[in-house]
Amino acid sequence: MNSVLKLILEGESLDTAQIGKILGMGPDAVERELADLRRQGILLGWRPIINPSYEAERRVRAVIEIKIRPEGLGGFDGLAERISAFEQVESCYLMSGGYDLLVVVTADNLYKVAGFVHERLARIDGVQGTSTHFFLRAYKKDGFIVNDEGLRRDQPSVSP
Amino acid sequence: MDDSGRFVARHVATLPKSGIRDFFAIVSKMKDAVSLGIGEPDFVTPYHIREAAISCLEKGRTSYTDNRGTQQLRDEISRYVAQYYGPEYNPENEILVTIGVSEALDILLRAVLNPGDKVLYHEPCYVSYAPSVTLCHAVPLPIRTLSSDQFALDPAALRAAWQPGAKVLVLNFPTNPTGGTADRAKLQEIAKFAIEKDLLVVSDEIYSELTFDGDHVSIASLPGMRERTVFLHGFSKAFAMTGFRIGYACGPVAVIDGMLKVHQYGIMCASIISQEAAVEALRNGRDSMLHMRDKYRERRDFIVRRFNELGLPCHLPRGAFYAFPQVSGTGLDSMTFASKLLEQQKVAVVPGTAFGAAGAGFCRASFSTSYERIHEACERIGRFMDTVQKR
Repeated sequence: MNSVLKLILEGESLDTAQIGKILGMGPDAVERELADLRRQGILLGWRPIINPSYEAERRVRAVIEIKIRPEGLGGFDGLAERISAFEQVESCYLMSGGYDLLVVVTADNLYKVAGFVHERLARIDGVQGTSTHFFLRAYKKDGFIVNDEGLRRDQPSVSP
Repeated sequence: MDDSGRFVARHVATLPKSGIRDFFAIVSKMKDAVSLGIGEPDFVTPYHIREAAISCLEKGRTSYTDNRGTQQLRDEISRYVAQYYGPEYNPENEILVTIGVSEALDILLRAVLNPGDKVLYHEPCYVSYAPSVTLCHAVPLPIRTLSSDQFALDPAALRAAWQPGAKVLVLNFPTNPTGGTADRAKLQEIAKFAIEKDLLVVSDEIYSELTFDGDHVSIASLPGMRERTVFLHGFSKAFAMTGFRIGYACGPVAVIDGMLKVHQYGIMCASIISQEAAVEALRNGRDSMLHMRDKYRERRDFIVRRFNELGLPCHLPRGAFYAFPQVSGTGLDSMTFASKLLEQQKVAVVPGTAFGAAGAGFCRASFSTSYERIHEACERIGRFMDTVQKR
């Protein structure tokens, strides 16, 4: 794997200068590497991972299972891309099993999610049915344990 | 006033306190210190191993076990040691499960040393070797290892350090604090010497899985050595299980029997919870272990390169998770270097002298910590070096 990408994926918050020092490259070379990764469509972007109980993050999240009828030239892709384009949609995946699309949405409140389902999704030709599940509480998010209370509190800072 | 000191035995009263303890006392009071002084993995024990311990509690398995350790664990140890180190040990009478290698070393020395016997070991070394020997009323005979040899034990130096009355040779490769290792050729010469002088070899191989370059060779696997070697190993470093306090000794029957006597009166048995977790580590822990080893190797490459760039000559340690840079070029001795670095830049490294006189002029810096911290520590050390060199 690309060494810059590998470092980013390890989840430590390193800036390009730090990454450069670790890998023995100049910060410019790291920037170039990142630009290449974006150009190639490998690195889509990055954003901070925030504890969902933090006030500004207290939005409603739901997963919606969607059954679709792939019709016309676009097939599954055409419908999936249309649904992905909604700003409420955080992620959208084509799934195997009992339904076709798994969509994660966030909104300010429950009514906005409900509105999205019945005013937007349900009106799309080809959407046959939806099943909406609301998130109640996060225990682990994007690889981070939420409320990780001082795991190594008692570890001595110097030991033999 | 406390005058209970009069009750303390002479050989204990005169035993020096661990240099690391004093240093820890200073660091622990300091805020924002970046510590490269931690002698344990920064990884949390892999979850499947922790889960095995949880399951042991859930099942109500909370009793004593056989003094030697559970049959299941001894069977697994026998299999693991044969597979990765070579020698085959009988789980019935050649394997003893202990409270880490620390206990294993202690009871082994107590089981084999008579007062006045001499024990050879290479320095810089783990902090407990010399005191453990002294506590047995025996005599420590340190052998200096050198940075120019990458801190491997030079067989000629071993021969020169030998004295009549020497009974035991303690080896620790890869070495804490230097990361030194010994290749097959060196070990063969050491083995030849041990046979010639009829030495019992104690091989502490706690860091053996964390060998980054080349294969780890156990001296116990060399011809004629199994019958005079006690192989000590444990779970703390390879499987990030320091808090479980679990290790083991493998060796010839009579020596293991001697250790068993000391162990059964002093300890009874290792915790059953830790023993069950250890079984899981041996059965299914290899992937997690290899993942951690890769991480250590990457961090090693970074910290060693940075130390050399900063003007602190540092050899590339082939094992363990410690860099051992030479700091004497700054004109400061190891203790002064470490103290000033801590005081001025709040970075903790351990003075080399904490690991014996042979550590003078060096410091130990653990790379068992995140890139972020290693990076920050190196930036601060860089600033410190600027002030030192301007003088």
